[in-house]
Amino acid sequence: MTDIAQEGITMNCSKQTSYNSILTTTIAGVELKNPVIPASGCFGFGYEMSRFYDLNLLGAIAIKGTTSQPRYGNELPRIAECPSGMLNAIGLQNPGVKAVIREELPKLRDCYTGPVIANISGFSVDEYVEVASYFNQTDVAILEVNISCPNAKDGGMVFGTTAEAAAEVTRAVKEVAEKPVFVKLTPNVTDIVSIAKSCENEGADGLTLINTLLGMRIDPRSGKPIVSIGAAGLSGPAIKPVAVRIVYQVATAVNIPIIGVGGICCCDDVIEMISAGATAVQIGSANLINPYVAKEIIELLPAKLVEYGIDSINECIGRSFR
Amino acid sequence: MNYTVLANDMVAEQIYMMKIQGDSSSVTAPGQFINIKIDGFYLRRPMSIALWDNASLTIFYRVVGEGTKQLSQYVTGQQLDLLTGLGNGYDITVASGQRVVLIGGGMGVAPLIGLAKTLSEMGIVFDTVVGFNRQQEVYGLKQIKPYTNRLMVATVDGSLGMKGMVTQAVEVVNYDYYFSCGSENMLRAVHTLPLKGQLSFESRMGCGFGACMGCSCRTLTGYARICVEGPIMRSDDISFNEVH
Ligand SMILES: Cc1cc2nc3c(=O)[nH]c(=O)nc-3n(C[C@H](O)[C@H](O)[C@H](O)COP(=O)(O)OP(=O)(O)OC[C@H]3O[C@@H](n4cnc5c(N)ncnc54)[C@H](O)[C@@H]3O)c2cc1C
Ligand SMILES: Cc1cc2nc3c(=O)[nH]c(=O)nc-3n(C[C@H](O)[C@H](O)[C@H](O)COP(=O)(O)O)c2cc1C
Ligand code: FES
Repeated sequence: MTDIAQEGITMNCSKQTSYNSILTTTIAGVELKNPVIPASGCFGFGYEMSRFYDLNLLGAIAIKGTTSQPRYGNELPRIAECPSGMLNAIGLQNPGVKAVIREELPKLRDCYTGPVIANISGFSVDEYVEVASYFNQTDVAILEVNISCPNAKDGGMVFGTTAEAAAEVTRAVKEVAEKPVFVKLTPNVTDIVSIAKSCENEGADGLTLINTLLGMRIDPRSGKPIVSIGAAGLSGPAIKPVAVRIVYQVATAVNIPIIGVGGICCCDDVIEMISAGATAVQIGSANLINPYVAKEIIELLPAKLVEYGIDSINECIGRSFR
Repeated sequence: MNYTVLANDMVAEQIYMMKIQGDSSSVTAPGQFINIKIDGFYLRRPMSIALWDNASLTIFYRVVGEGTKQLSQYVTGQQLDLLTGLGNGYDITVASGQRVVLIGGGMGVAPLIGLAKTLSEMGIVFDTVVGFNRQQEVYGLKQIKPYTNRLMVATVDGSLGMKGMVTQAVEVVNYDYYFSCGSENMLRAVHTLPLKGQLSFESRMGCGFGACMGCSCRTLTGYARICVEGPIMRSDDISFNEVH
């Protein structure tokens, strides 16, 4: 009797470990217990979401885009619904890097001990460098340089639309950064691979692909754009095929890890993105609709991998072209 | 979270009352809202909680677009995915010892129903002034009546009660403090009354729980998310030139 019980326990334990290790993934030297990361801008500074579940389940958390100075962002309305997705033009509302470090990160640390990805936004190369330098002094694990925000005038996206500008920002941030640097790219370009390669050449430790696609919705009654600034960023299931295509194209052209993001809302989407070549994934808008989505995916993922005969996340990475 | 439709009936022209069964434990104050996932629509739809008890929630909604049209098709027994207890709700601790008036317009009458019930349970005596465009759109009087002292109705076209705007029907000399909900135009007019109070705001929302910054507005004390620091704002904290 005792022996059998003992054996039962051992079996449970080993199953537990294998379940855990099949989800483990490593991005630029940072080990994640699973590949699921809430995306920047869709999870606040993290702690706002702790009312829904224990955040320590997550692989990592990417916090809201942070600039040097506090920003209010754009006027309302900032949101419009679309079939299978949404438009947003928040305009990088954040309290500025000093307040983020002083007030927001400690609140996150009160409820979460895992890796944090700081999302760095800016309006000049100097600003990216300044914000990166501030985050050097914190315990964030990765700097994610957002050169892809379509929603702030003269901000972000201009640096992500040419290989030269992307290279310049990457080089400047890499020079000061004491943490791994991921560059987050915009899909609103004709040749994403050349931009990705120029980031790699300047020493980027990884890439986050993709930010939102530029879109617009017009109210048929008034004839005016719904979102205050007109064009805004499209996210959600509508953009998943674009994200999968871009991750695939870039993964087959570079040798640095990719975080895949765009339209992910279930286990199959995670497996699809990782099969396209991503080493981890971020979930954005889906959190806004179902605040439990990341937890639910993490819980279901091991069984899904087993069902598809995939031994581990590591084995899944890039299996579409291997 | 999963809920079940108990009833979904038209109570006035294009206005429905929906009673929903399920956990209401996260509702802490009148003026809070729920966020409803409607089949076939990406974003949730925010709706004020009009009434609640241990195991059910009641909302009143107007069919204004495709989402609310679809919601009006839900039948008794159908499942509904809701987030509940969102937003701050009215702070009623300030009401005691004040001469209180509730001022509601159109769909803004809905949260005043639960507010009226809560105030009356606290033993606070108050009046209520509600306004509608026309008689066909009037709802909620039956629900408010048992709790309020006087109940005054105004309609824009004069088809029921006083003719005119709700704010014209408020005899300000009788009151110290108001609780209000209604269209932006109505709130603007309420805010010019020589009284202090609390007003409930709307905004297009990405999430309804503070994660996206889709609903931020400026207040005199800083930025606020309508879904977390709101939807109820104090008259002292807002300036209509600033908010919009
Ligand atoms: C805190 C809060 C409480 C509310 N309480 C009530 C209530 O008790 N009863 C009621 O009838 N209505 C209420 N509303 C308004 C209600 O949310 C909208 O009428 C509804 O979302 C319209 O959906 P639709 O698909 O029919 O319209 P559409 O115009 O087709 O909707 C398109 C998009 O715009 C958004 N939207 C449109 N109008 C509004 C609006 N006025 N406010 C916020 N988002 C809007 C929708 O949510 C959707 O994302 C409330 C809004 C807020 C913010
Ligand atoms: C409301 C909202 C705010 C966002 N804010 C940021 C941001 O501050 N920085 C950033 O790099 N990306 C931001 N994004 C983009 C997301 O991180 C993500 O790249 C994009 O939404 C695609 O993923 P999804 O389809 O899963 O939402 C934001 C997206 C949304 C919807
Ligand atoms: S609606 Fe997302 S923060 Fe308010």
